[in-house]
Formats: sequence, structure tokens, C-alpha cells
Amino acid sequence: MEGIKEFINAICRPAPFLVLAIVALGLFLALYRKLTKPAAAAVLGGGFTLFFLLSCLDPNFQKIVAKADNVPIVMMMFAIGYFLWLSFRQAALNDAAIEAGQPLREAGSDDKVLVWPDLVYSEFISLILFTAFLTVWAIVLRAPLEQPADPNVAPNPAKAPWYFLGLQEMLVYFDPWLAGVLLPGLIIVGLVAIPYIDTNPRGNGYYTFKERRFAITMFLAGFVILWVVLIIFGTFLRGPNWNFFGPYEYWDMHKPMALLNTEFHDLFWTGLLGRALPTEGRGPIPAYLIREAPGIALLGAYFILGPLILRVLFFRKLAAKMGLIRYSVMVMLLLVMLLMPIKMVLRWTINLHYIVGITEWSLNV
Amino acid sequence: MSVGSWIREGQIWGSIFRHGVPRDRRTRAMAVLSNVFLHLHPVAVRKSGIRLSFTWCMGGLTFFLFLVEIVTGVLLMFYYRPTVEYAYFDIQGLRAHVTLGLLRELHRWGAHAMIITIWLHMLRVFLTGSYKPPREFNWSVGVILLVLTLLLSFTGYLLPWDQLAMWAITVGSNMARATPFLGNEGPGAAFIQIGGVPLVHAGDDARFGLLAGTFVGPNALLRFYVLHCVFIPIVVTVLLAVHFWRVRKDGGISGPL
Repeated sequence: MEGIKEFINAICRPAPFLVLAIVALGLFLALYRKLTKPAAAAVLGGGFTLFFLLSCLDPNFQKIVAKADNVPIVMMMFAIGYFLWLSFRQAALNDAAIEAGQPLREAGSDDKVLVWPDLVYSEFISLILFTAFLTVWAIVLRAPLEQPADPNVAPNPAKAPWYFLGLQEMLVYFDPWLAGVLLPGLIIVGLVAIPYIDTNPRGNGYYTFKERRFAITMFLAGFVILWVVLIIFGTFLRGPNWNFFGPYEYWDMHKPMALLNTEFHDLFWTGLLGRALPTEGRGPIPAYLIREAPGIALLGAYFILGPLILRVLFFRKLAAKMGLIRYSVMVMLLLVMLLMPIKMVLRWTINLHYIVGITEWSLNV
Repeated sequence: MSVGSWIREGQIWGSIFRHGVPRDRRTRAMAVLSNVFLHLHPVAVRKSGIRLSFTWCMGGLTFFLFLVEIVTGVLLMFYYRPTVEYAYFDIQGLRAHVTLGLLRELHRWGAHAMIITIWLHMLRVFLTGSYKPPREFNWSVGVILLVLTLLLSFTGYLLPWDQLAMWAITVGSNMARATPFLGNEGPGAAFIQIGGVPLVHAGDDARFGLLAGTFVGPNALLRFYVLHCVFIPIVVTVLLAVHFWRVRKDGGISGPL
């Protein structure tokens, strides 16, 4: 038993956890027709529920999961799993129907029903059921109230509200101006931009995966992996000092943390060229710009060559269809999104701190 | 004549409901058309569009939870004073002295549930491709409503004035300090100066604007209270009107063309 717990603790570390989540999503999308069959889905859902319930026997696991404010997150985990199944099941049925030349599940758009009673009644019933659910929830679970606010005593860990924990997790890898301001801003801009850059006319008003593979994969990568998985991570696996703790591990205040971060400029000047960091400017160019030149070049290449390379390798047809502006916006958003897991992996593997670290301007990437 | 039909045929009833009992097609259409709340709906909808497995009712539940939050929130305002002296003890009093005191529980769990339902609503709209023309603009309105929902929850998080509240808002609002050019620790802020005197500092940057101070104190509590109870709900209400209106104007609930 302890051995199994140790193993699960180990694979819940940030690196394997993220990799496993990506692999799981990839497998789900690749095998969605098989995995969403009721029997397979029941095994998957039942298996996870059983695993979760058994885990609740562990006192450390139970302590975190049963915390009043964490209960909604547990509900969200199960809800998202269920609704992903529900939508991909319908997508699988529709995709099979399209291949066989049969009508879609949502076909027959001319069949109209009256809002009174067909819609009004089902709305009313949902409303009553949900009211009952919410009332029971409110009776069973008291809203948390801790000690009065005290600016002199900081709790450890100090966590943002749960829906922002993905961003707080990003703070580990990026400076606040990126994790707290620019990335959330770009998420909003990116979401608003979706209908204007997705020019695929198919899949409008019905569940399908086959006709919209790229769009749906990208959206789920963002929503499930980079948002929901990071929230789960921040809620259940981040403890005192924002240290990582396995699901069955005690939240020890004094867990030692190895922190030896490397700067990209050190890797380049000292590691690669075997020289000291440049300390003297040249003419109008200050020393720190020379020092950071390799990092700036690397990021520049990522955002300038990236779109071109992606275009040649994968997006030739898509780019032609989308036009220059749409393609540029889409590919920039995609590259920013990809930068997150890239930076995370670089941190875990070579402890990379900043790619560009102009601390003189507080401009660190 | 039974009492029921006496009431229904009288002048008072007839002045409120200008149609008969909705039993046939005409009166059912009238029931929706002549009611200010129900006329958010069209008279008839696509049959496949109202199947529960298609919509998951998530948009409707989100709106319903918004109403729950308004009702419980207004009631909570009777008991709560947004000052450092009283805030915490008012909440404690609600817990200790009010019989069947579920108001705060309903409000808090309703808020959490609303965030989950609005995310699921977005997921459903994305997976059915319902943001595609002609519904592009309404998706954008929805994204703004999603952000406002998060902000509503964020501003409300501070009001109990306990440790959880204060430090979550401290963590969250510290980000504003790093806003490029507008936060005192943000990139570029050091360049905004006149004769060596910095114009962006802790006393006037983006974080100061959010908290009305340099730390989460009494001014921040009042500011978040007003944002939470008045400002954001008004903006949300206006955008909700636009959102619902556009659902109808863009062709009702989506379905295959």
C-alpha cells in the first residue's frame, strides 16, 4: 500500500503530472470513438471514482480534498470529465453518421416546438433541481471563515482564489508582469479572437470532432491542460512555501527545497563561450543589452521564425485559407500558449530561470 | 362556476394575463409573447436545440445562479457593514445568531457553482461550434461576461475579512504591481519620469488604483464592496441583456444549417 502511495506521489510531481495529463488528453482525442462508448466510459469514470474514494481513506488526501473551499473543485473535476464524455460521445455518433451519409443528431432544424411548454417547463425543472442541490450543499457544508484578517500574519501557503490558481502556478515560471498581467490579458484577447480566426465553416451548431480537429485540440489543450489541470495542481498539490506535495504527503512546513536557477545568459556566455559576462557597453548600447543579446535573439527567432517554420511544416493549406492577418494572430497566440509548457519543462530539466533577464528594466521573460 | 374560473374570468386576472390558459397553440404563443420575462425566448425553438444533452442547460443555470447571487446578496447586505471594525464580526454573527442561517452558504457556494457552470457553458458553446458566424460577436460578449463573473467572485472573496480573504486578495492584487508601465515594479515603469522623479510609484500605480492604498486595508474593503455589490453587477446586467438579445437576433439556439 505504502509503495503504491509513494509511486502515485512520485508521478504527481509537476513534470510527470503535466506529461501524463497531455498524454491522457492526446489518447482521448485519438481514440475518442472507442473510449466514449458507454461501457468504456463507465469503466474509466468508475475507475477514477473508485480511485478517488479509496484515496479518501488516506488522512492527508482527505484533509485537502474535504476542505470546504476545495469541494467545488472536486465537483468541477468530475463535471468536466462527465461533460467531455457527453460531448465527445455525441461527436463520435455524429462523425460516424457523416461518414455513412446519414443525418446528424441535431438535424431536422425545421422541426420547431413551442417554448411554452417544452422549453419553459424543462428550464423550470432544472431550476428547481438545482435549487434543491444548492440548498443541500449549503446545509451540509458551512462556508469557511478563518481568523480575522491580520496584515502581520501571512498564512503559508497564501493562495489566490481557486479559479486563479493556474495563473499563480505560472508565477513559478514567469515574472508577475507575464503570469499576472500579460498572459491573462492574452487569454481574454485570444478567446475573443477565436470566432474571427477560425474560418472553418463546418461544425457550426452540432457536436463533431472529425471536422474541427485542430480547433478543438487547441482549445482543449488550453482549457483542460493549461487551465483546469493547473488549478487542480495548485489546489491539491501545492503546499507551504508553494512547495510540491504528493496527494498522500503530509504538508510539512519545513520541506527543503532545492533552488538553483540558471540564467540563459550564464549558459551562453560562461557555459558555451567560456567567457565572463559582458560588463561594458559599446557606444550607445548598454552592457545589459549585450549580455542579454543571445536571449533576445532566441525569443526573436521563436516569434519570427516560428510562424514561418510552422507554416512550411504544418499550416501550408490553413495559412493560405486564413490569409496573412488571421494566420499571424492565430500563430502568435499559439506560440505564446506553447511558451508556457516549454518554459515549465526548461525549469524542470535545466533549472532555467530567465531566457531574457533585463532586471534593470524589470523586463524578465 | 368554480372559484378558479371565477378568478380567471374576472377583470383583475384578465388585466394581468391578456390571454387564456395556455392550452392551445395560440394561447401558448401568447403566453410567451405577452410576458416580459418569458419573451427573452422566441415563441418556438428548434427541437434538437433544447435537448438537454445538447445545451446541458449551462447558460440557463449560470443566469439562474446570477439571480440567486443577487437575491442572497441583497439579503446579506442587510447584515453586513463593509468596515474593518464590523465586517468580520457581522459575518460571524450571521453564522452564530441567525436561525437557519444559510444565506452566506448559498451565496458562496452559488458563486463557486456559477464559475463552474459558466466554464461548462463556454465549453459547450465551443464544442458545438456555436461561436461561428453569425454568432461571433455574441461569443465575445460571453467572454467578457466570463471575465466579469470571475471579477465578481474575486471582489466578493475579500468581504468576509478573514485571513483567507485578505491574503488571497493580497496575492491576487500584487500582480497589478507588475503591470507594464502602470505598475511600480512592472517593466518600463522606470522610464516614466520627469527629471529623475518617477511618475509611477507605489502610491499611484495600478495596484494603488485597485486597492485605494498600498496594502489591503479599509479602503480596499470599501472599494471591493462597491465593485462587488453595485458596479460589476450593473455592467453584467447590461451585457446579459445584450447577450440574450443577440442569441435571438443571431437566429436562436444554434443547430446545423
